[in-house]
Amino acid sequence: MDRLNINSQLEHLQSKYVGTGHADTIKHEWLVNQHRDTNAAFVGHQSMLSYFAVAENESLARVKFNLIQKMVQPCGPPPEREDQ
Amino acid sequence: MFLYNLSLNPPTAINKAIYGNFSGTKQQEIIVARHTRLELLRPDPTTGKVHTVLAHDCFGLVRSISPFRLTGGSKDYVIVGSDSGRITILEYNPVKNTFDKVHQETYGKSGLRRIVPGQYLATDPKGRAVMIGAVEKQKLVYILNRDSAARLTISSPLEAHKSHTLIHDCVGLDVGFDNPIFACLEIDYSEADNDPTGEALKDTEKILTYYELDLGLNHVVRKWSEPVDYKANMLIPVPGGTDGPSGVLVCTENFIAYKHQDMQEHRIPIPRRAQPLEDPSRGIIISNYAVHRMKVNRQSQFFLLLQSEEGDVYKVTIDHQDNIVNGITIKYFDTLPVSTGICILKSGFLFSASEFGNHYLYSFEKLGDDEDDPEISSADYMEAEAAQEETPLVYFKPRPLKNLLLVDELESLAPLVDAKVLNLTDDDTPQIFGICGRGARSTFRILRHGLEVSEMAVSELPGNPSAVWTTKLKADDEYHSYIVVSFINATLVLSIGETVEEVTDTGFLATSPTIAVEQLGEDSLIQVYPQGIRHIRADRRVNEWRAPSEKTIVQAAANHRQVAIALSSGEIVYFELDNTGQLNEHQDRREMGEIITSLAIGDVPEGRQRARFLAVGLEDCTVRILSLDPDSCLESVSMQAAQGVPSSLCIIEMMDTGNEIGHGTQYLNIGLNNGLLMRTVLDNVNGQLSDTRTRFLGAKAVQLFKIKIQGNPAMLALSTRSWLTYTFQNRLYLTPLSYEQLEFGTAFISEQCPEGVVAVAKNTLRIFTIDKLGVVFNQSIIPLTYTPRRFILHPATKNFVIIESDHATFSPEAKREGLIEKERDGFEIDDEVTNLDPLQFGHVRNTAGKWASCIRVISPFQGDTLQQIELEENEAAFSVALVQFRNNPHSTDSNEQFVVVGTGKDVTLAPRTCSSGFIHLYRFVQGEDEQNQTLELVHKTAVEDVPTALLGFQGRLLAGVGKALRIYDVGKKKLLRKCETKSVPNAITSLHTQGDRIVIGDIQESVIFAVYKHIDNRIIVFADDTTPRWTTTSTMVDYDTVAGGDKFGNFFINRLPTNVSEESDDDPAGGRLLYEKGYLGGAPHRSDNVAHYFVGDILSSLHRTTLVSGGRDVLLYTTFLGSIGIFVPFVSKEDVDFFQTLEMHMRSVAPPLAGRDHLAYRGYYVPVHNVIDGDLCEQYNSLPAEKKRSIAEELDRTVMEVQKKIEDMRIRSGY
Repeated sequence: MDRLNINSQLEHLQSKYVGTGHADTIKHEWLVNQHRDTNAAFVGHQSMLSYFAVAENESLARVKFNLIQKMVQPCGPPPEREDQ
Repeated sequence: MFLYNLSLNPPTAINKAIYGNFSGTKQQEIIVARHTRLELLRPDPTTGKVHTVLAHDCFGLVRSISPFRLTGGSKDYVIVGSDSGRITILEYNPVKNTFDKVHQETYGKSGLRRIVPGQYLATDPKGRAVMIGAVEKQKLVYILNRDSAARLTISSPLEAHKSHTLIHDCVGLDVGFDNPIFACLEIDYSEADNDPTGEALKDTEKILTYYELDLGLNHVVRKWSEPVDYKANMLIPVPGGTDGPSGVLVCTENFIAYKHQDMQEHRIPIPRRAQPLEDPSRGIIISNYAVHRMKVNRQSQFFLLLQSEEGDVYKVTIDHQDNIVNGITIKYFDTLPVSTGICILKSGFLFSASEFGNHYLYSFEKLGDDEDDPEISSADYMEAEAAQEETPLVYFKPRPLKNLLLVDELESLAPLVDAKVLNLTDDDTPQIFGICGRGARSTFRILRHGLEVSEMAVSELPGNPSAVWTTKLKADDEYHSYIVVSFINATLVLSIGETVEEVTDTGFLATSPTIAVEQLGEDSLIQVYPQGIRHIRADRRVNEWRAPSEKTIVQAAANHRQVAIALSSGEIVYFELDNTGQLNEHQDRREMGEIITSLAIGDVPEGRQRARFLAVGLEDCTVRILSLDPDSCLESVSMQAAQGVPSSLCIIEMMDTGNEIGHGTQYLNIGLNNGLLMRTVLDNVNGQLSDTRTRFLGAKAVQLFKIKIQGNPAMLALSTRSWLTYTFQNRLYLTPLSYEQLEFGTAFISEQCPEGVVAVAKNTLRIFTIDKLGVVFNQSIIPLTYTPRRFILHPATKNFVIIESDHATFSPEAKREGLIEKERDGFEIDDEVTNLDPLQFGHVRNTAGKWASCIRVISPFQGDTLQQIELEENEAAFSVALVQFRNNPHSTDSNEQFVVVGTGKDVTLAPRTCSSGFIHLYRFVQGEDEQNQTLELVHKTAVEDVPTALLGFQGRLLAGVGKALRIYDVGKKKLLRKCETKSVPNAITSLHTQGDRIVIGDIQESVIFAVYKHIDNRIIVFADDTTPRWTTTSTMVDYDTVAGGDKFGNFFINRLPTNVSEESDDDPAGGRLLYEKGYLGGAPHRSDNVAHYFVGDILSSLHRTTLVSGGRDVLLYTTFLGSIGIFVPFVSKEDVDFFQTLEMHMRSVAPPLAGRDHLAYRGYYVPVHNVIDGDLCEQYNSLPAEKKRSIAEELDRTVMEVQKKIEDMRIRSGY
């Protein structure tokens, strides 16, 4: 398989599946992805959501709202890119 | 090791509740999603009780459910969004009482993923389309229609994706018959992701977007989008079309905005409690809503009920004309526990599925039309908003319920924080003690195996009755008229009316004991007594049949056309009613040649003259079936040998295959005098007996009685415990009753009590009903104040010590101080508002990092709190243990047990910090009233972190303080640190010990094995695990084996390799262990994983215990959302093979309802290993006969053998 084909396949995957890495993925990007995936899983698992709600003494709606809201920027602003 | 998982109690929390006409009748029903199960509930409008009609385990996580009805249809379907990557449409089949899968379409990967839809479901109110959305990016729209045969069809999905976009909520707009529109609340984060300065984040907006499905073009377009408040969390569709203005309410912190394309915006506030201690900077959000439409004067009207995260319910009305909104008003309605779903039913009930704790059914008393409650309109609010810069806050005064009245509750254990299995009352089965609930609605619950019985009446009688019957007067009477009580030498007849009174002119012989009473033919009665039979006609004429001299009647059985009696000589005399209403003796008597100990005759099948078989129990430990056909009357048909003398027989048709009378299974139940109950299938045609099951009921001869429960035949089996056999959801159950020992029982049907039981217990007559079928545990509840965390039993007094702590809550001390401060600041303090009932309104919320906590001593059997110690100065308790110190300066008695409580001061949750930790040492002292022992503080030791796990260890205290594991000894003024290890990676959550071995549960790194070496006074960690597990609970199964559960819902068993285990014990000083090299950054050795299984819910406790006397040891687990289950170890390889094959066939023949692949589900995080899902195997019983047979053939067995094996697995080890 030639390089071009691999690249186009990768691009296809990246567009289809959010969070697919590439050669230039930086730590921050990876971490943000991890956090977003984690939060989304927490929102889906009712037991986990309840677990947090009991620990924080908040309602399920509030915990869910906070989790999704945090997905916007879970790890702070991205670092400056050197090459740009 | 191979395990078999069985659930005893399904999860009790509800994550979604919907309502609709799922049966297709006028009656509205509720469907609730209980995490992994779907349940159909039917509230009875006359009694106000909620009945569970159907419960189905989906083996998948149900995330969203939505009702939906095709245009012009009268029946609602259910759409299920789960973790299966599939959309499933179900239909309730009321005839078979099942959920039928209508459609199942795959759209993505399985599992709970960020971009795979399933989280949100929005249906078009006209039933034309459904949108299913993920948390990020993906939204799919399916068009639903019907084909020429009026069957539901589903289109291929249309995409409405938008990448880099998070979705907060998604609803179907009510647009009448225009193109369907879905409204989504979205945030686009793409710019914030690429801006290192952080400026873009501030400019990020939350956007309300309308997606229109163009039915003509078959295409979804973004029709309209508008920025809304950044803190918006929820959308509520407003009725449209002919009913209202359409559009959505966008709920945000502190206010709600009405929005619609080309329409003016209207805003109303979310009123806050006028609570002096509230934090005005904390916004309040809406968590739930319900829309109610009604017809008033032929005009359709609607209102909305919105529930805030504090539990306050508001009524919102919208003033509209010609599809234009003129204004919105909001007013306080009532306060209910915070719910996950509110259903308003047309019959005037409101069902509220609580987030935590019991679920409630209320009836509407008023619709919130009271003028006294202030109403806030959008016009006033927007004026106030314009006048000031900040969002104005609006307050209301909370009050007890006014518009709603509580009518029924469904018990829920969720959250079940911790549990213990103990047998404190020396019953046959142990009790489960659990600490449940959150905040002010927390409870301590005692679960006993058995059905709950509600007692209606108890009346004392002059002597000890031996038997009781009830009877109608005529065959078509609806209610019973007489209660006949037999004593040793007399019979008493009571009439049932408004009151129960003795009557004498009934024709019954009062001077003799009675053997049987039955309503016969159209309108006559019979009384069988030792010397004869009295046939009492409607006109009080009595025909008597006298027993031959020197012989007495010892046993009798009758139905309403036939009577059979057994004489003391071992003869059977048989009578049948003829067409003239005359009781005729059959010409022959049958000599049995043995003493007859029991007789039974079945009911006359509908449309027949007689029941075909008579069962006779004989002293030689056999039961014979005699034919009653006129051609072969009293001829022997078949025989069954029993393991004892039959003391009672009962032929009964059970509805375990369907609801149609005459199509159930006819069973012959044999109660033996050694306490066993045998159940055999009695063939309707040839009278052959097959498929015998045996169960031990108690140490007394078993007596059997036919009754009716929920319209179906059921049987009462009385021994030292009372048991009930009944059918529930086409399954046969045999469950003990949580009630006193009974001697005789019979059905009792009266106007006040349509399905009761009247029974004899010693010298009393008791009338009771059994309502909650299908519930295996009967609960006693003791209320607590805050969220319970841990508890221990004090074995000497059988009292429990419970520690409770609530985050972000005003402790009584802080509340008092806060109020004084507010008063000083010039606030007017209204006592009514500051002293609101916490049970309804919850505790007053404080800022994060503030705690309210207490230590409580309760007596489980008196059911009350003996002592409550409130912790002060922002301390909160997290762990508790009972320790017996070897060298104790405080006690002369070396057996005295001290209570040790680990607390933290100023604890913050994230990051996990505290200003100081403490270990409190308490002792039990005799209280002032000389009756109960109370706790007294001995001393308090400061430590640097929160002690999260405590354990008595070889006469000292083992404490997990953060990541440090220490041994403390007791000193005069403090605990003295003796030994420490810091080899635990994160934080210790649990500790167990056997001998010198210590098993440590880490919050993130699974379980770790350590050994304590006396000689060196050292704790050495020598083995850990290869998989990171966020352990929540663990228990030692044996010296080398640990079972545990983690935060993601996995159950695992780890075992040490034999050589590692021996090595750790062989090395007396631990020199070698200590200097052994760590392996890959961990301990020198690894434990092996023996079993792994995804339970589906966070395990909150695990115990090794036996549930039935003489049964096997099982692992009992409780989960956070309230389910209880067991893992049963297999004893033979043969059984493992059998169940493995059965499970495999079940997976392919009956795949889970929500479309999840069962094998993938049980191996959610780690492939399932050495555990068989018994719940799936038990679904075998509910398969259609055809499928049952084909699976049984594959297994080389008959269907009955397979069913028996499945049942055996359950009853041998559990309930």
